[in-house]
Amino acid sequence: MRKGWTLPILAGLGFVFLYAPIVALVVFSFNESRLVTVWAGFSTRWYVALFTDRQILNAAWVSLQIAVASATLASILGVLAALVLARFGRFRGRLLLTGMTTAPLVMPEVITGLSLLLLFVSMEQLIGWPAGRGKLTVIIAHTTFCLAFVAVIAQSRLRDMDKSLEEAAQDLGAGPVRVFFDVTLPVIAPAIVAGWLLAFTLSLDDLVIASFVSGPGASTLPMVVFSKVRLGVSPDVNALATIIIAFVAVSVALAGWLLYRQARRRARRE
Amino acid sequence: MSAPASPSDSATETPAAPRAPLRSRLGFSGRTLVIAVPMLWLLLFFLIPFFVLGRISLSDPMLARPPYTPLFDRGPDGVLEFLGDLENYALLWADTLYRNAYLSSIGIAFTSTVFALLIGYPIAYYIARSPEPRRTILLLLVILPFWTSFLLRVYAWMGFLQREGLINSFLLWVGVVDAPLQMMQTTFAVQLGIVYTYLPFMILPLYANLTKIDDAFFEAAADLGASPLVTFLTVTLPLSIPGIIAGCMLVFIPAIGEYVIPALLGGPDTLMIGRVLWDEFFSARDWPVAASVAIVMLFLVVAPVMWLQDYLDRRGLKG
Repeated sequence: MRKGWTLPILAGLGFVFLYAPIVALVVFSFNESRLVTVWAGFSTRWYVALFTDRQILNAAWVSLQIAVASATLASILGVLAALVLARFGRFRGRLLLTGMTTAPLVMPEVITGLSLLLLFVSMEQLIGWPAGRGKLTVIIAHTTFCLAFVAVIAQSRLRDMDKSLEEAAQDLGAGPVRVFFDVTLPVIAPAIVAGWLLAFTLSLDDLVIASFVSGPGASTLPMVVFSKVRLGVSPDVNALATIIIAFVAVSVALAGWLLYRQARRRARRE
Repeated sequence: MSAPASPSDSATETPAAPRAPLRSRLGFSGRTLVIAVPMLWLLLFFLIPFFVLGRISLSDPMLARPPYTPLFDRGPDGVLEFLGDLENYALLWADTLYRNAYLSSIGIAFTSTVFALLIGYPIAYYIARSPEPRRTILLLLVILPFWTSFLLRVYAWMGFLQREGLINSFLLWVGVVDAPLQMMQTTFAVQLGIVYTYLPFMILPLYANLTKIDDAFFEAAADLGASPLVTFLTVTLPLSIPGIIAGCMLVFIPAIGEYVIPALLGGPDTLMIGRVLWDEFFSARDWPVAASVAIVMLFLVVAPVMWLQDYLDRRGLKG
């Protein structure tokens, strides 16, 4: 056995496993036939069907609004939590905050969803807020679980960054607020952008939590897609998947190219 | 500073902060405010919900809004009575459905984790040993599916596994089988779905760990005459154990509570606890039982997480 080939072959098969279903999904979105497994000629009819489906379009709009709102809220709260954990030293409740920012990362979605719904129902009973469930309750739920992801990313950036920058600003007389906005924030900005994007994706992608805490008129895109695919394979879902995959692929390729260029420029400067 | 500095202030990593303008104006420091905002949000929307969950798990279902009995009630003589009981937990213990669901969730999660490791390890190792820029490109290829919809990645397998699906068409065409295989709505399909969707969670920590191993170890092993296989088994594998543990936990823990994958790919006999909880809540509308299922599941998940945290902390301390 030639050892030099074992690893590339195994890794290659792994990549085939990762991408074969995605490729098939994309190919069959252009299929004329309703059957997603028999090729009957090229067609874009499922894309037309998708863009005339009011239910899907509405749900996509709802999802987008929720994702932007919760990613933004989660970024603000997540950066605050990261700042507190990475810079504030000891304080009462530190262990509690550490636990509450890491636990949502591994919490099963069914538990998060159910417990938040029960909270909302109890709160409504007690203080009348939130009145009913809809976009607002989904935003609160998504913010809570996305916050943890932002906090983890921002925290690791804060730990890695050169603290002498902040100290220099302080020595020059800047107050803590000024140090944060003029020095810390610009340095950790890429991490915040990454955190925001991750939170946005997680919110856009979530089915389980939204199903629990959403209400009438606030069905998100995953909720609508789930109710469709539960009944079986349907080609307009393939079309939707293809659009999402194309969008993500272009974004990731662009980000990769920018990172690569940046790394090369930095290498040349040194 | 007019007020004496509290001991917590001196522990800040911002030693030079002679002024406390916010404190003098508002009566509390800006520091407290910054701590309070994320703290209060998480207390209200993360911690308190678990107490609500626990409280409702002690109630009984009732045809009302909300559909469960109150925990306290004034009896005929006006005395406040405690009405909660552990009936739901007794049900979980007595009814084999729930016990089997917990056990089978752990079993399915375990098998899937093992297969994710077997598939993920060579990929992580190959990426870690690749030169740039191939390494970055391959890494992006691993992350890319993770950014696309989870639901749609599960859906992609429905087209593959169904009776008239691509795999069956291929097998029939090659002549390996005479009749299409039943692959959809089986436990196998659920395990496949878990391995597929969670594979990036296995690969990334493994990769992070494998890139940190110093090349000198491999060179030393080769100089001492070890074959690549021996080097792998005696050098690489032991050094990558932290990565293996982190990756396995990241697959195993969320897989236990998985709902979407068994709902789409599993059959009626594929028991998973996330699905049982979902059905108790949405179909049976028994909120108290759903809450008690969640509480038991919470302990099932918290135990391995605490162990992992402890393990990582100890590794971190050792360097």
